[in-house]
Amino acid sequence: MAYDFNGATIEADEEGYLVDLSVWNPDLAVLIAEDEKIVMNDEHWEVVNFLREYYDEYQIAPAIRVLVKAMKKKFGGDKGSNKYLYELFPYGPAKQACKIAGLPKPTGCV
Amino acid sequence: MTELEKTGDLSVDDFLDPLERPELAPDIMAESAPFVAAPEIQEKLGYPGELVDNWQEKAIEKMGELAGKYRSFKVYLDSCVKCGACTDKCHYFLGSGDPKNMPVARQDLLRKVYRRNFTLAGKYLPWLVGAEDLTKDVLDDWYSYFHQCSQCRRCSVFCPYGIDTAEISMAAREIMDSVGKGQKYCNEIIGKVHDVGNNLGLNPKALKATLEDLEEDLEDETGLKIRLPLDEKGADIMLVTPSADFFAEPHIDGLLGYAKVFHQVGASWTISSYASEAGNFGLFIGSYENMREVSLRIRKAAQDLGVKRIIFGECGHAWRVAYSFLNTLAGPFDFLDQRYPVPQHICEYTHDLIEKGEIKFDKSKNDHIRLTYHDSCNVARASRMGDKPGGQFEIPRAILRAACNHFYDMAEDTIKEATFCCGGGGGLLTDDLMDIRKKGAQPRMRALKQVAEDHGVTHMAAICAICKTQFSKVMPDYGFDMDSIVSIHQMVSNAIILDGAKSDDEDEAVNVTVNEDAMPAADGAEA
Repeated sequence: MAYDFNGATIEADEEGYLVDLSVWNPDLAVLIAEDEKIVMNDEHWEVVNFLREYYDEYQIAPAIRVLVKAMKKKFGGDKGSNKYLYELFPYGPAKQACKIAGLPKPTGCV
Repeated sequence: MTELEKTGDLSVDDFLDPLERPELAPDIMAESAPFVAAPEIQEKLGYPGELVDNWQEKAIEKMGELAGKYRSFKVYLDSCVKCGACTDKCHYFLGSGDPKNMPVARQDLLRKVYRRNFTLAGKYLPWLVGAEDLTKDVLDDWYSYFHQCSQCRRCSVFCPYGIDTAEISMAAREIMDSVGKGQKYCNEIIGKVHDVGNNLGLNPKALKATLEDLEEDLEDETGLKIRLPLDEKGADIMLVTPSADFFAEPHIDGLLGYAKVFHQVGASWTISSYASEAGNFGLFIGSYENMREVSLRIRKAAQDLGVKRIIFGECGHAWRVAYSFLNTLAGPFDFLDQRYPVPQHICEYTHDLIEKGEIKFDKSKNDHIRLTYHDSCNVARASRMGDKPGGQFEIPRAILRAACNHFYDMAEDTIKEATFCCGGGGGLLTDDLMDIRKKGAQPRMRALKQVAEDHGVTHMAAICAICKTQFSKVMPDYGFDMDSIVSIHQMVSNAIILDGAKSDDEDEAVNVTVNEDAMPAADGAEA
């Protein structure tokens, strides 16, 4: 598939993950999120931004538990739970949030 | 709103009904097919990038090669008499109602082409023996329906000829790969293992950071420096576990359980970043070469680290490959300590310590859980544990009973040798096959619902990374909480008594023994 972004065609795989991760930008993230029926708010951005920072450092998305803990540390207890992340990203924080953050899909038995 | 919470707002009608029996519906699943692997994924594994021009000829040639090389495959193709004993044994048939998901019919998609090309009657009187040419429609059927088989081998248990259906599905996928039609999910993952060492693509730096993070969690919880060592040369034991144990829930809780067991007995152990994957998807695509290449990483890691023992974590097909084929694929393992099983399963290891009384549990820590156990197909039907027949059924249960007061088995015809697949095994654990995954989970959900009603069961333990992921994804659709699937070693982790650990409960019974008969009634436990 592909995203129609300001008149340009942005290539994505069958499930909507970006083929070229370097084309990502915040406006494109909003568009990908819309496709996932998510309206991006500050809380979504906190997660997406953290994922991107982590990816910059480690070239992979963090384990859910690592993400939960980091969120808790950074934004407080009520934002540090699996439940909270599923509220934000109902299809699962690992896959849906990664897609919006322009990260590759986690593969394997996950 | 979480999937879990949604349950509060929805009526029963919003869930899939585990008791529903779908009507017979020919070809209803014909459109279900996984994404095809892109050329670069295929070529990396040594397959043609896309469907080759003379694919019919090449596919028949490959079929002949496999039938010549593997006597078993030829016998399985020749010996089916279509008695029908397998028809209602497949979870995908039971959940979908598509007759091509009857194991006999699914196999016949391949067998009819074999007959046409390799049997005298099929060559001259094809209409008489149900022999057919390999057409594009047949190839499409292969791609669709051989990806609706999780190679769980439940049907084989009921086959009077002992035909191993999984081998037919594996061969079909191998043939398709050889003509350039591979599955994206499996083949992309195998490529990642060759490159990085695990299915996730978790590089050593990220793995190290994850393990350090988890060590912090363990210290917060217990007050102890429980380690998750990485790449430590000279360790006695190398743990090879599915990479999902480093990433997903509830898998990670199992990993923490292994670490606590090793810590409590002072074992010297390590994880390897080079062989950071127990799973071996080479099995799913029937590729001996890929299976071997993945296995050789384990051998190399064990030699480089100089370990004496290899222990596998909770992963179903990993244990099948390890138990049944590791020595053939990557042996001999004469450099390991021969006094221990090569390789050993983490459940064998933990069970042995329980038997010797070297680890003990405070079972009351699991009193909020009423547990049942899902035998994973590859552990149940393709391997063994311990030194007694049926050890692969009894050892996991013995561990769970030692760690938990309330354990109830599901119906006998749905467990042990007759266990149902989770619905996501054999390379089907991918989002593009979600429909068949949900349908395939139905027979297990039915058995779970029964035991939940009869005994108030709240949780189900599993011994396989695929099962855990599959259930946490599909259980909410059947009205169960996504957290109700747990790892075996998660139950161990909850209840193991660690010397010197800080306690959040002063009433905790520290003298509890693992012997159920000698076990004092725990506070809060019902009669």
